[in-house]
Amino acid sequence: MTSMTSTDGQGVAVQLTGLRRTYGALNALDHFTLHIAPGELVALLGPSGCGKTTALRCLAGLEDPDSGRIEVGGRDITSVPTSRRDMGMVFQAYSLFPHMTARQNVEFGLQLRKRSTQERRTRAADMLDLVGLSDQADKYAHQMSGGQQQRVALARALAIEPQVLLLDEPLSALDAKVRTQLRDEIRRIQLTVGTTTLFVTHDQEEALAVADRVGVMRAGHLEQLAAPEELYARPTSEFVADFVGLTNRLPGTAVDGHADVLGGRVPLLDGSATSGEVMVLVRPEGIDIAADPAGDATVLSGSFLGAHGRVTAETAGGHHVVVQVPSSAVAAYPPGTRVRLTARGDRALAVRAE
Amino acid sequence: MVPFFAYTTVFLLIPTLVVVIGAFLSGGRPTLGNVRALTEPAVISATQHSVVLSAVTAVGGAVIGAVLAYAVSTARVDGVLRRFVASLCGVLAQFGGVALAFAFLASFGATGFLTTWLAKVGVDTGPGLWLYEWDKGLMLVYLYFQIPLMLIVFLPAVEGLRPQWREATETLGGSTWVYWRRVAAPILFPSFVGATLLLFTNAFSAYATAAALVSQGSPLLPLAIGNTLTSEVILGQENIGKAMALEMVVVVAVAMTLYAVLDRRSSKWLAP
Amino acid sequence: MSGNRAAARRKQDVFRWVTIGVCLLFFALPLYGMLEFTTRGPGGTRSAQTWATLLDFGKVSAEYPALKEGFLASVGLAVLTVLIMLVLLVPTMTWVRLRLPGLSRTVEFLCLLPLTVPAIVLVVGLTPVYAWVTYLLGESTLWLSLAYVILVLPYAYRSLDAGLRAIDVKTLAEASRSLGAGWGTVMMRVILPNLRTAVLSASFLSVALVLGEFTIANLFSRKNLQVAMYELGKSDAQISIAVGLAALVFGFLVLFAMSFVGGPRSATAAAPRLRRTRKESP
Repeated sequence: MTSMTSTDGQGVAVQLTGLRRTYGALNALDHFTLHIAPGELVALLGPSGCGKTTALRCLAGLEDPDSGRIEVGGRDITSVPTSRRDMGMVFQAYSLFPHMTARQNVEFGLQLRKRSTQERRTRAADMLDLVGLSDQADKYAHQMSGGQQQRVALARALAIEPQVLLLDEPLSALDAKVRTQLRDEIRRIQLTVGTTTLFVTHDQEEALAVADRVGVMRAGHLEQLAAPEELYARPTSEFVADFVGLTNRLPGTAVDGHADVLGGRVPLLDGSATSGEVMVLVRPEGIDIAADPAGDATVLSGSFLGAHGRVTAETAGGHHVVVQVPSSAVAAYPPGTRVRLTARGDRALAVRAE
Repeated sequence: MVPFFAYTTVFLLIPTLVVVIGAFLSGGRPTLGNVRALTEPAVISATQHSVVLSAVTAVGGAVIGAVLAYAVSTARVDGVLRRFVASLCGVLAQFGGVALAFAFLASFGATGFLTTWLAKVGVDTGPGLWLYEWDKGLMLVYLYFQIPLMLIVFLPAVEGLRPQWREATETLGGSTWVYWRRVAAPILFPSFVGATLLLFTNAFSAYATAAALVSQGSPLLPLAIGNTLTSEVILGQENIGKAMALEMVVVVAVAMTLYAVLDRRSSKWLAP
Repeated sequence: MSGNRAAARRKQDVFRWVTIGVCLLFFALPLYGMLEFTTRGPGGTRSAQTWATLLDFGKVSAEYPALKEGFLASVGLAVLTVLIMLVLLVPTMTWVRLRLPGLSRTVEFLCLLPLTVPAIVLVVGLTPVYAWVTYLLGESTLWLSLAYVILVLPYAYRSLDAGLRAIDVKTLAEASRSLGAGWGTVMMRVILPNLRTAVLSASFLSVALVLGEFTIANLFSRKNLQVAMYELGKSDAQISIAVGLAALVFGFLVLFAMSFVGGPRSATAAAPRLRRTRKESP
């Protein structure tokens, strides 16, 4: 693994400043600004059409921004063509050259850099080893599974020791199980080589699992950029709270930085509406449930999800509330059970009731 | 089930056998004489002309058609331009025979509008006889249906090139030239050769266009075969026709088999 | 900011228009030649006389009986060929899928075999067969359709095969059988309606082929549209060329219309794959 050490440790910083990109009337990027620290993995998360892929493609040079600046390692590369940007990119799917074996695919970028045969061989072997495919080196794309193809694509992108690694929804075409497995592996490899990485996805679980920081995008700009835990626990807008994780919207009254909701009192996050009638966004794990013949809610259904379970109940006001319970407890709340729901004291976001 | 096999036996297998067996019969007795007759100068030159005409128009049509297919593939997928060109080529690829011959006569013939027009600007193309010659006019006429056929056969292959391949090449440091030479060309090569073979057989077996244009002699193999059927010929001549027909089947069969092999390979690469 | 991409796209646009323009010009020249020739009047004037004659069906049949005869024969041949082809292929191919998958390669081989047997060769082999056909069924031009079915076999087979591939014949048949349908009902009420597009495109290809057929008819001395045009071309070229041009324009209009109706997957239109710049879907 000697040749790999050259990229170990320090990556380079990426700075995108005020990027704008329009397709006709659509604003794909609207004054988009993002800083990625050296060696950091930032995930861009958002619904389709939010501009996350456009941002990544601008960084790769595959799209031209209408205005704005792109800097990598302090150098302005806004008008440098893709082929001289030194970016390793993994696409959604089908990006392997079909007429080359896995090894030839990995060697391709090195060949273009006029590396010696010896160096190419060693490096390709190292890279295939890194992604766990040493035994598939002579296979063609159509002889490999989707997950294996994506691993080869990752090896190919990393082989050229890129300044920045770009991952454009690399897992979205894969089965659920392969997806989580490869997701963890991408993170392991990224930490090993230390390359600054931009990861684009529409899957919030994926983003939270791999990234140092996650940027939630909406209509061409960053809605919130924060570490996964913070994004989940302290969303700054309704959009982020809704998009990341499951959220109940419950009516309540805000007073003085607190809100009374579901017979409990919760402290409010910064940016919440501070007074009057509000909607409080409460996570399923932020609500306690107890069987109580005098309770004012009725269980509608329960589902077992493996490690934990969920119970859906209807309140007297007609609101549906999803509550997370230990999986063994699901059976204790058959449909029709009267229950009492209480909001626990976790911080929550409150927005103006419409 | 039974009707299908009965029908294909009577109208496909028996005719094929008639040709194959007839090629080795003379007056009811087995002979190699007919096959030997294939080495007569007239037959050899007809074969040569046919092969050269087919090969040249296949390669020419394939190259021009491939460039056209690429140009069309850069247009919007559901745009009017693409539908227009695809439909036009769909008609022109089938546009052989009499009407095509007339079309060229009306344009390039002795009184054709292009000939008249060229004469006006001082270019004398002669009395328009070149149009009837197999290595001049016929080639031009054949190209007229070969190019559209190439577009129809080759467009799906060009569209099978994924944009990711170009983008991957670029991110790995390759220029447009590198993309074409190292990625696109090798991927398209089997399809291209396969399509060229298809064009070759298409030209090789075409009878109607040549028959409508060439009124004297039988410079091409299909015309020579047709001649053995229509002219009052000496006995035994019709079996020589069968031998020529067999020669044709063999050439076409070889080309089509190669085509099938190449097609299978490229479909593996370009499959979604 | 103009950018590298925009420049590349402009270059590509120029390349596209130039290439397509040059090719279309080449395609247009002979077509224009036909139009120009058919509108020639006496003494270098323009005249729509030929086209007026052609549109007047009564006049055409009176003045050009051969053309009328050939046209009617070709239409009859087209109908008959399509009918025989469908009756022969649809039940056979469905049955092979349902019950006799082992025969599928044989059927495919037989159907694609005509690709390697040029029409001119078929004529040679069919001569003795047609001696019997004439002996048993008479001399009518319509019996040419028996040979035309063989010519259209590969194209019809491919269309129908694509259609059958797209539906799950086996499950459909089993489902309707379990609901109590007989085999006849399965065929007419379940399979055929699902194959509508494939049957349509197979039929269209067959019609196009039959209307353009010259080789077999000419060598068997039967008169169809193409043979009539060929013979007429020697005496009255204008009307003959006008018919050819009309047929071509008609064929183009049908194909062009079909490319909109059948969606991007129809006869000649391309598969809906994305090319060039992929944009984020709005």
